[in-house]
Amino acid sequence: MKSKLKKILILGSGALQIGQAGEFDYSGSQAIKALQEEKIKTILINPNIATFQTSPDLADEVYFLPLQEYFVEKVIKKERPDGILLSFGGQTALNCGLRLAEKGVLKKYNVKVLGSPLSSILLTEDREKFASHLKKIGIPVPPSGAATSLSEAKKVAKDLGFPLMVRAAFALGGQHSGVVKNQKELSEIVKKALAVSPQVLIEKYLHHFKEIEYEVVRDQYNNSVAVCNMENLDPLGIHTGDSIVVAPSQTLTNTEYQELRKASLKIVESLGIIGECNVQFALNPKPKASSLRPFGRDELDYFVIEVNARLSRSSALASKATGYPLAYVAGKLALGKSLLQIENKITRVTQSFFEPALDYMVVKMPRWDLEKFKGAEEHIGSAMKSVGEVMAIGRSFEEALQKAVRMQGSSESITDNGWPGVDLKKFISIPTPKRLFAVARGLADGMSPEEIYKITGIDPWFLYRIQNIVEIEKKFIRNPVLGKEKMLEMKQAGFSDKKIGSICGKTEFQIRKLRKKLKILPSVFSIDSLAGEVPAQTNYLYLTYHGHHHDVKPLGKKGVAVLGSGPYHIGSSVEFDWSSVYTALHLSRHGFKSIIINCNPETVSTDYDMSDRLYFENISFETVADIVEFESVYGLIISVGGQRPNNLAQKLSREGFNILGTTAENIHRAEDRNLFSAMLDKLGVLQPEWQSFTSMAEADKFAEKEGYPVLVRPSYVLSGSAMSVCYNKEQLENFITRAAVLSPEYPVIISKYIENAKELEFDAVAQAGELLVFGISEHVENAGVHSGDATIVYPTQRVYASTEFQIREIAAKISKELSVTGPFNIQFLVKNNQPFVIEVNLRASRTFPLLSKAMDANLPEIAVDSFLRAGRKYKFPYPKGVVVKSPQFSFARLSGADPILRVEMASTGEVACFGRNYDEALLKSVLSANRFDFKKKTVLLSLGGVVNKAKFLETAKSLDDLGYKIFATDTTAIFLKRENIDCIIVRKAYQESPNALNIIESKQVGFVVNLSTMDGKGSENARRSIVTDGFRIRRAAVDNQIPLFTDLHLARAFIKALARYKIEDLEIKSYKEYFN
Amino acid sequence: MKDKKIKLMLKDGSEYEALSFGADKSVAGEVVFATGMAGYPEALTDPSFAGQILVLTYPLIGNYGVPAEAELESKKVQVAGLIVANYIDTPSHHTSKMTLGAWLRQSGVPLLEVKDTREITQKLREQGVMLGKIVFGRENIPFYNPNRANLVAQVSAKKIQMYGTAGPTVILIDCGAKLNIVRRLAARGLRVAVVPWDTDVTRLPFPFLAVIISNGPGDPKKAAATIRNVKKIIAKKIPTLGICLGNQILALAQGGTTYKLKFGHRSQNQPAVESKSGRGFLTTQNHGFAVKKIPKGFREWFYNANDHTNEGIIHETLPLMSVQFHPESSPGPMDTDWIFDYFFKCAGIPPPSLPLHRGRSKEGVKIL
Repeated sequence: MKSKLKKILILGSGALQIGQAGEFDYSGSQAIKALQEEKIKTILINPNIATFQTSPDLADEVYFLPLQEYFVEKVIKKERPDGILLSFGGQTALNCGLRLAEKGVLKKYNVKVLGSPLSSILLTEDREKFASHLKKIGIPVPPSGAATSLSEAKKVAKDLGFPLMVRAAFALGGQHSGVVKNQKELSEIVKKALAVSPQVLIEKYLHHFKEIEYEVVRDQYNNSVAVCNMENLDPLGIHTGDSIVVAPSQTLTNTEYQELRKASLKIVESLGIIGECNVQFALNPKPKASSLRPFGRDELDYFVIEVNARLSRSSALASKATGYPLAYVAGKLALGKSLLQIENKITRVTQSFFEPALDYMVVKMPRWDLEKFKGAEEHIGSAMKSVGEVMAIGRSFEEALQKAVRMQGSSESITDNGWPGVDLKKFISIPTPKRLFAVARGLADGMSPEEIYKITGIDPWFLYRIQNIVEIEKKFIRNPVLGKEKMLEMKQAGFSDKKIGSICGKTEFQIRKLRKKLKILPSVFSIDSLAGEVPAQTNYLYLTYHGHHHDVKPLGKKGVAVLGSGPYHIGSSVEFDWSSVYTALHLSRHGFKSIIINCNPETVSTDYDMSDRLYFENISFETVADIVEFESVYGLIISVGGQRPNNLAQKLSREGFNILGTTAENIHRAEDRNLFSAMLDKLGVLQPEWQSFTSMAEADKFAEKEGYPVLVRPSYVLSGSAMSVCYNKEQLENFITRAAVLSPEYPVIISKYIENAKELEFDAVAQAGELLVFGISEHVENAGVHSGDATIVYPTQRVYASTEFQIREIAAKISKELSVTGPFNIQFLVKNNQPFVIEVNLRASRTFPLLSKAMDANLPEIAVDSFLRAGRKYKFPYPKGVVVKSPQFSFARLSGADPILRVEMASTGEVACFGRNYDEALLKSVLSANRFDFKKKTVLLSLGGVVNKAKFLETAKSLDDLGYKIFATDTTAIFLKRENIDCIIVRKAYQESPNALNIIESKQVGFVVNLSTMDGKGSENARRSIVTDGFRIRRAAVDNQIPLFTDLHLARAFIKALARYKIEDLEIKSYKEYFN
Repeated sequence: MKDKKIKLMLKDGSEYEALSFGADKSVAGEVVFATGMAGYPEALTDPSFAGQILVLTYPLIGNYGVPAEAELESKKVQVAGLIVANYIDTPSHHTSKMTLGAWLRQSGVPLLEVKDTREITQKLREQGVMLGKIVFGRENIPFYNPNRANLVAQVSAKKIQMYGTAGPTVILIDCGAKLNIVRRLAARGLRVAVVPWDTDVTRLPFPFLAVIISNGPGDPKKAAATIRNVKKIIAKKIPTLGICLGNQILALAQGGTTYKLKFGHRSQNQPAVESKSGRGFLTTQNHGFAVKKIPKGFREWFYNANDHTNEGIIHETLPLMSVQFHPESSPGPMDTDWIFDYFFKCAGIPPPSLPLHRGRSKEGVKIL
């Protein structure tokens, strides 16, 4: 089939956020590759600069622009594509595409929507119409009704009866949905849902039904296959993104499996899907005769819950779970190909018209970071809250589950929970990230699987398996003697060396030694998508103790292992995957074979064609050691996957593995606060005054001497966890007591917090201490906002040349002293033209992809050259354009969380845009991370503190000049009026309406500026009671999707840019155009 | 029963230590593997597996126990032995009547847990299916090739049985028929006369409209009596549909040839493509032999998209057709249930009722 299409536009998904994460980098990248193979020109719009898909060597043209109709139309007008792909960029791309179609833009420019017809997608998005469609084709849906107002909702509720499930239509990741048991809960959730969506769907809540999903692909010739089915361990009611999921289903009989499969195919056919579709079912585990459908016979009582007519989180998981490249295939199908024409990329001897057979099972486990969000509610439900996920592969559920628990990063074993015991029942009954551990503890305490089933609805099958793990551990605790059989039993049940050691009082190194002596080593198995039926040379591997042969031979000294980032979480995201991928790809240039180790199914690094070998395995000492020992590789790279692999430096080096790049000893010198500080003193480099302490008295003494505010943090820092700025003694003591960060292993660091300072990032690659390439970028906000949450600009805009000069000199000194080879990053704080070093990371930083693209230099590739001593000095021209990175927050998804910038990171993703200057780049960047409407010329100002008011004065005047109608809270209004700036005073949030909340909720404002003071005594009250006025304003803004600025500098910069450019002034230029 | 060390031995000399969870009984047979992930009760009762030691590649088996007999594909466990990687003795399902281990013990069939079933699978796919034996302790038994015996005669019904309510009658020649063939026919309001494999159908004392030749175990050439009888049926221009072994028998009866595949098709994800339309269907398959030469007057109906082996033949003009796969599924996808409708349409026999779309087992069927 020859396609007549010559140029295709692909919409990406923008910044990573809860409910829409790295999986769309994977799917978009695959689609682009699928199109390029057909010699079709590809145009990509995606402001997510850290993605692989936006790399210059992938799509022909990349536009770092907001995924909004205005900009997409401009790109269409300029590029004139023949077709557009909307199903590879999540809900963002789909919604944008639907609006373009609605407005007639696609028709006007004659752009064909490829893949599934828009009408079908629209149908699946309108829950009521879709329910009636399904009924028409004989597919059961839960009894339900739709409402567009609260009164309508109440009426529907009355008809159906509580408990009910409420969902917002057109919302990603189940935002504002949940189970309600009464009128009050109904009102709360419906109000929230209607704030983001024109419609809510209310349906009968199906208590303890199983949740089963199918991933289906169909071509335009009506060939369709169900690539994978998956079963949620948690029953219905918990979003699939927040559920522990297994593939394939474990508790379904052939009849159930096939009937649901048949229903999925029927739905997909009825919709005319071309490409990928996800169907979610609720299945009654204990059907009664009365609940049977007339045709349903004696086994099946089920309903369709949801259909996603596009690539989704689940399809990425299915793709990794089976080895079937769903997104690639969907890309080909969109061009009109038949499934029978597309080669199976895994086996290379069969084609894509088949359903993978697995001879292993996978467990997906979400990664939550709820503790990172101040005030966020811990319980999970139908609205997704996790920020990432892991996938574990094993030949028993025990093996896979225990792997997943470790990959996820919070525990060593499901039995490793240290449960206090008091709240056990509560944590078993209320779903939270802790439930699995509570269940294990309950079983250990003698609760029966049946009892736990009654409370949780988790199928007894899973509970029996968990009980098995618990029992095996108990047996070992009673008799901790490690013979060959016992060791094998423990390993087959998924226990790590570390956990085994902790039971019998040994270190993981001792257990490892013993295990090797007993010849108990994991087998290396490959995933071939056909369970061994067809001989296939695949590079997709996992480890298991349920085997005694290896599917592959070691690569030997040609091999180099690259450690990936593990699950995405706050502080570690797609940017590290990007660096890992380019590192692996570049190894071949030096004649090496790359081995990627990673366990995150949302990534490009775990794609079948990114490395010579992929181990879908944990980034832990034990697993990495087993793999590199089996492969007997030349070396391994730990400095491109973020902090997690970097943390393994000491252990891996101790075991004698060849770590490429900076030595473990020097990594330790950079991370151990005392050694690091001594080194800076020796080099004559300034650092904020600091001290490490293990007692409160020492801390008080330091703070009194240096003066408040002080910054308190643990010695190994990741994403600013447990870090806090304290403005007085009370806060300091409170924080230390509350956060319990005093530990003898890692003493706590207290340092002088320098206020009103600038923060700069220095990123570089060095070889044997000599800088090969570097870039300096600048934070828009003052120091004190975590670098992951900061708005960052490159090149620097407000930095003296002499400062930059000093920074370069300092970096060169440090690099030389630590004999750095490979990537590194230094964070500087600058006050009065004096740079202080805050932190050195001897690894690729979060800014690596941003700088690589901004400088048009591939930093990971240069790093690989440096590892192999083949680097040379690069000189890059001063850029013609400016690039600004903005953080993306997901506060809207985390009810209760306070949307404010702090020293601890809270953003879930980022975007970056280019511009001819700082103002233009900033404007585009802010637009990419927020829904900003140029036409809505109203603003709410709430400026706390005298200083903030004064510093904002000029900006307020320019808003006035721009014709903005200004709403202001009490003292702000008084201040503005005194300065002759027109404004409308609004009451405080707690006062009677109309107040500040009302004008936000009624969407009367285009954006909100809420500046709060953190200094002085007033803030103490703010800390104690989060329901302050400011909190409620901020919360209302994010809940209503209104852009919110909480930083003075960013707000000023944004309004300045707004004064300079109208939307029409923003250039529509591709990435390449900024360099040619 | 647990922890008693036993072995799986293959003809090439390899041995696998195992744990036993079924009957403690030494058996010999042909070792084959199947890759379906669900449907072990159906597979184990499929008569096509008679004489075979079945290795299931999906590593967790026993998850949902064993349902009542009426749900199965024949009245007994047909495999000679079962090999799994991890046996699950704690099933969870509302249809479960007993554990898989208990069922196999009751049926006198051994169930072995051998961790590395993948290695066995790889060996079988590289060297072809192989003879093997399950040996308990020192008891040694000789290897045994079930293909030399007439397996069809062993598994076939011994006398005529009628299924379904009153209605037009069709004949199912039982070469080891799966009960779901009967159920799918009865679901269309037909009365099904299941006759022994060597029955001369043309001499049956009651009227009937069409003949279906069932699936069955082993080498089709061993079913010489059936081949002879099918010739007679076709000579009388009786509409005939062959399934699996029935495909091979129809081909042989009309002058085609068959051969043994290196490793058969035993899975639920086999892509069969209808040659004329190019449309693909996912099918369940369970066979070690295939049609090579297509008989005169017939054309290729389906082919396998993976290895391009024959998946069915159809007569150019007459209602004579057969498929290598299992349109009745069970276990496996139900995408080719339409084969039955197509056959009856070509034969000019409108079935009394449309098949019920949902459900697969024993619809409208009363097993007599």
